[in-house]
Amino acid sequence: MISGKLLKNISICSVVLLIVAAAFIGIGCVDQEKTTTGDDTGEEVTGSQSIMIKGSDTVLPLSQAESEEFMYANPEASITVIGGGSGVGIAALIDGEVDIAMASRQIKDSEIENAQANGIDPVEYDIAWDGIAVVVNPENPVTELTFDQLKSIYDGSVSNWADVGGEDLTITVITRDSSSGTYGYFQEEVLLDEEYRADALVQPATGAIVQEVAQNTGAIGYIGYAYLDDSITALALDAGEGSVEATPENIIAGTYPLARPLHYYTDGEPTGLAKEYIDYVMSSTGQDIVSDVGYFPVN
Amino acid sequence: MLNRQLKEKGIESLLFAAGAAAVLALFLLCIFLFKDGLLLFENYPISSFLTDTKWYPTSEPEHFGLLPLLLGSLIVTVGAILFSVPLGIATAIYISELADPKISNILKPVTEILAGIPSVVYGFFGLVILVPIVQKTLQIPTGQTALTGSIMLGIMALPTIISISEDAISSVPRSIKEGSLALGSTKWQTIYKVTVPAALSGISAAVMLGVGRAIGETMTVMMVTGNSAVIPGFPSGLFAPVRTMTATIALEMGEVPQGSDHFHALFAIGSVLFITTFIINIIANYIKRRYRFNL
Repeated sequence: MISGKLLKNISICSVVLLIVAAAFIGIGCVDQEKTTTGDDTGEEVTGSQSIMIKGSDTVLPLSQAESEEFMYANPEASITVIGGGSGVGIAALIDGEVDIAMASRQIKDSEIENAQANGIDPVEYDIAWDGIAVVVNPENPVTELTFDQLKSIYDGSVSNWADVGGEDLTITVITRDSSSGTYGYFQEEVLLDEEYRADALVQPATGAIVQEVAQNTGAIGYIGYAYLDDSITALALDAGEGSVEATPENIIAGTYPLARPLHYYTDGEPTGLAKEYIDYVMSSTGQDIVSDVGYFPVN
Repeated sequence: MLNRQLKEKGIESLLFAAGAAAVLALFLLCIFLFKDGLLLFENYPISSFLTDTKWYPTSEPEHFGLLPLLLGSLIVTVGAILFSVPLGIATAIYISELADPKISNILKPVTEILAGIPSVVYGFFGLVILVPIVQKTLQIPTGQTALTGSIMLGIMALPTIISISEDAISSVPRSIKEGSLALGSTKWQTIYKVTVPAALSGISAAVMLGVGRAIGETMTVMMVTGNSAVIPGFPSGLFAPVRTMTATIALEMGEVPQGSDHFHALFAIGSVLFITTFIINIIANYIKRRYRFNL
């Protein structure tokens, strides 16, 4: 009796295990299929109904928004957008894996050489402008900082506003988390690739930075220009050529030091769907989406 | 007849499968968590993981120091317990021993509603209301501190502590309490000399489960503790920003390159977290069983 029960339990148990195993095998198969079909269409014709875009995580939300709207208007088109970083995207373009590479920096000379050696001719499109505002509490009398001062605040060598021309008040330094594209950009441009100070507050979202700066008189943070509102003040920055206010005009003109154009790169002049898509992005509808996502239109 | 028996067996095996699924899920979860966590130690020595005081996952060379995060979790949790245990037990005593039945009928469900509020709402409340209050009251550079996290977590652990302690206190046999009263002790003397000691095992279990709730909480602490990965002092660290293990995983999991050391480091932290809560739950269960009140 007991052994019979045990036997039954074992058999039930193995049935459950089998079902679960089958489910996992199923998941594996589905994944496999997806990747192979993706590769096939990519190899067939680049100008067909399917293109792949890869690269910068900063451009990623913009490309996603653009491609969603584009596919909504052109239901037969299929656009795959993948992040990974500017370098990853450009490398994929050089290897001929993608139709469009997204980059938040200019392509390097070495990358152009590699591309040409591979028979790829990168063509650049400026699709939008991105500005990073350095913000403080409106009660803070400091209105401008040089890049040196900003760097010493963020690397930990300066911890009091009095050292950079403000009141005697501890500086509360705020950064984004390390998965943010802006985190990397700021580290590169301002900190010159050195580490952020360890005691900086790390906020999971730009909204949280705005919130903390708005309620803390000693706080400093950096945010995408689109998030700027009346509760916080953007500082004028001096990268060695006099201080420049963070205004849309200065960002588009390229004089504001923490502004950068966002790029698409294609292999030669694009054709077919890739051309249609880029034309769409550059059109007024596409540039409206740029503003909606929080960047600046190029025109 | 045979048909009925078959049906009975069928239902039985279905229910068994449901039970087995939960166990299986836990089992698979463990395997994946530990497998990916252990992969970190192929490239990064385990001694550095355990003793390094820096958490710089994206710099060169990388630093994956567990200590600031573990101690961050610890200080926030200890703070939460210091705050919620006295309050929770006092509430439980009031509800089960002193309150008018009408009042306790309102009070008990209300405290339980606290458990149903999503943690992101607690976090938002903490960020917008509590953070400025803490900063202004204590005159410190920022209100995003371990203390703020402790207060929020304390509030979140309250329903667990209140409801389990209340059960424990109510289950103390009436005869004991009446005996104490009959011997001439006052109501208050009976509560703190007889009832509470008799219910101590249940109360301890409540505290341990509250700790488990606090240590695993993510969203709220991420929003209010500032997330600076520095080793906190005690007690001065209560008034400075800290980063917990849970917040680190939530902050960095989003865009970490899959299969990188950083990815495996986050899994290793997850494993540490899992082991910690697992041990706490075992202790809570043990206390609950071992010291169950026997007449």
